[in-house]
Amino acid sequence: MSHILIYPLLIPILTASIALIFFKSRVFQRWINVLGSGLLLGFSAYLLYMVQSDGIQVLQPGNWEAPFGITLVADLFSALLVCVTGLKAFAISIYSLGDMDERRESFGFHPLYQILIFGVNGAFLTGDLFNLYVWFEVMLITSFVLLSLGNRKTQIDGAVKYVVINLLSSLIFLSGVGIMYGITGTLNLAAMAEALQDGENTGLVITASMMFLVSFGIKSAVFPLFFWLPASYHTPPITVTAIFGALLTKVGVYSLVRVFTLLFTQDIGYTHTILLWISVPTMVVGVLGAASQYDVRKILSFHIVSQIGYMIMGLAFFTKIALAGVIYYILHNILAKTNLFLVAGVAQKYVGSYHLSKLGGLYKNYPLLSSLFAISAISLAGLPPLTGFWAKYTVIYAGLEVQEWVVIGFALAVGLMTMFSMTKIWMGAYWSKLPDKAPVASDPGFKPVSGLHRVALLFPVMLIAAFIVGLGIYGEPFFRILFDAADQLLDPSMYIEAVLNP
Amino acid sequence: MNSVILKTAARLLFPLLLVFSIFLFFRGHNEPGGGFIGGLVGASAFVLFAIAFGTEVTRKLLRIDPRILIGWGLFFALVSGIMSMMAGDAFFTGQWIFPVLFGSEIHLGTPLIFDIGVYLVVVGFTLAVIFALEEEN
Amino acid sequence: MEPLLAIVVGVLVAFSVYLMLRKNLVRVVIGVVILSNAVNLLIFTLGRLDRGIPPLIPFTESVPSEVFANPLPQALVLTAIVIGFGLFAFALVLTYRAYTEIGTINVDDMRMAEPPYEGEELPETAVKGEETDS
Repeated sequence: MSHILIYPLLIPILTASIALIFFKSRVFQRWINVLGSGLLLGFSAYLLYMVQSDGIQVLQPGNWEAPFGITLVADLFSALLVCVTGLKAFAISIYSLGDMDERRESFGFHPLYQILIFGVNGAFLTGDLFNLYVWFEVMLITSFVLLSLGNRKTQIDGAVKYVVINLLSSLIFLSGVGIMYGITGTLNLAAMAEALQDGENTGLVITASMMFLVSFGIKSAVFPLFFWLPASYHTPPITVTAIFGALLTKVGVYSLVRVFTLLFTQDIGYTHTILLWISVPTMVVGVLGAASQYDVRKILSFHIVSQIGYMIMGLAFFTKIALAGVIYYILHNILAKTNLFLVAGVAQKYVGSYHLSKLGGLYKNYPLLSSLFAISAISLAGLPPLTGFWAKYTVIYAGLEVQEWVVIGFALAVGLMTMFSMTKIWMGAYWSKLPDKAPVASDPGFKPVSGLHRVALLFPVMLIAAFIVGLGIYGEPFFRILFDAADQLLDPSMYIEAVLNP
Repeated sequence: MNSVILKTAARLLFPLLLVFSIFLFFRGHNEPGGGFIGGLVGASAFVLFAIAFGTEVTRKLLRIDPRILIGWGLFFALVSGIMSMMAGDAFFTGQWIFPVLFGSEIHLGTPLIFDIGVYLVVVGFTLAVIFALEEEN
Repeated sequence: MEPLLAIVVGVLVAFSVYLMLRKNLVRVVIGVVILSNAVNLLIFTLGRLDRGIPPLIPFTESVPSEVFANPLPQALVLTAIVIGFGLFAFALVLTYRAYTEIGTINVDDMRMAEPPYEGEELPETAVKGEETDS
């Protein structure tokens, strides 16, 4: 039993409840939001330390023994993701000080934000399949509200598509849970994995696994189920887009990795080949979609899709190096992708637009912002020595080992296309001259942000950029943790042992 | 809605429903009932009042914004879990004391505090939604 | 009993798929609700149907005296119903909002968030969006 496991859940929901109690005071809500996120970061870092030094941590809330109660489990994979979620939550809560408008704040942005983090952490830490569904719903309902908060027409339109497709995905997930319960008679992931080891009912289990694939596939936006993402992610304010882009799809990928390493390993030749051939069109379609867009947020949204492809590809290879690469890729993507969204938001605050035709002159006027964009963009495109390079390198190296030449060819080509997209933003927004129709030049009412707002916007971007550089250059100790995490994923007996025989 | 019958009935039923909701709340200790259903009945008292007299009067009667009630409810529920942690048990493990009051033993435990939280969240949530829908037009 | 319920689940899913493929947003939402009920029934059936007493233990005993019905699927279905109910309420309010703000509930006509590209032909009723900045 380890109390530390409850803190990544307790702190966000406690923060949300205090923010709700002081619903009338926006200022207090802001600071309690930042304070709560900071505490969360500290405790999740401590959780990672505990898991790394003492092995898999398990907590049975309410003292109900597994497999009868709901179990919370943190192996290294979960702990790493909880840790990076804490970092993101902290950074974006500071960013929101400079970005959020009064109206959205008074509608309860801060409590919703914390409950979203609560749901994400819950999904990472739970060791119970039905409980995972409940966490997904916690996450979904807050994301629905955050997406439509503010009630602009485009937001409503984006939210309609997002809500309907995600409701459908939850229901498919729920039927998968029902079938797995019918087969194994338990909902605890560890007990379920143990029950599946005898290899009975393989056909039915694989059928159920396809339901999980479709459902998590919708949530993580893989081909051909990704279309809701570019249709909705650019509509809310950039703070919300950043937190969505960072966490929601990654929870889908996390769940895919979890179930396809712990539960559905009966017929790897079948299930993981499907994963492999899903990953290729996901990468290609995402990057081609990005190439056709000129709104920075839409370009980045399509890139989320393309990057998900790499993660699924690593999962499909299913070797130790590949899984370490997947985890690294998820962490890298959470850092780099949100940073790009945040930078786009700052650029909009300076020049007044997200559209490449109305952006320009950023390199000349705002060199700090430009260098921050360059760091994130180079990392995303996969140039050494930043995180993106190591993420791509590890996944592709694993692919070379299992000799999937065609897939690797596609992955490398997509990397090149990512470079093209980043160059397009760089040329269009940073090196080009400020166009006359940019709001800052044409609209006398537009004033670029200044003073404290600027600090609140730039500090989190710099913080995350520091992590991107640090993890890229000084990566070796980090990679050791990743290989341990991959070992834990490949050998489910550790997980089962930790939960069922503490 | 302007109806004498409804207004009179609402005035009479309002305290009755509130008392009934508290009864249901305590009955949940060992029998069907509890915070959720008690909260719904408690909320229905205020909803009835709102239908008869309008939301503005009901908000004044409630004194506290329903959204703040949700916050307090969550807070109470979490406090019950934190108390278990302070006692050294896993989160949400029930902690009990058995004080003797007027010669009879009373079972007091953290689940009661959790249930108070549930009650407040349900009342707050229901009223927040219904008031918002009422005031839409 | 199980085959009958399985058929009912199948029929409900067929209904819901038909409804979800309509253009009218209200029908889509109702389709989702029917699907959610079908899934609840599926879970209930997969928890095995058996005749038994309610899983309540009398005050005087510490174990149930007779064969009792499996309470877990019931608890799961109850949770799923509550969650589904909340999501349905949200989806309905969103539909209403879409109708008042965008002015249509035909999903083909909703092109606010994804404005048409150059040369794309849209139905006349479509509500087009513009490039928005903030």
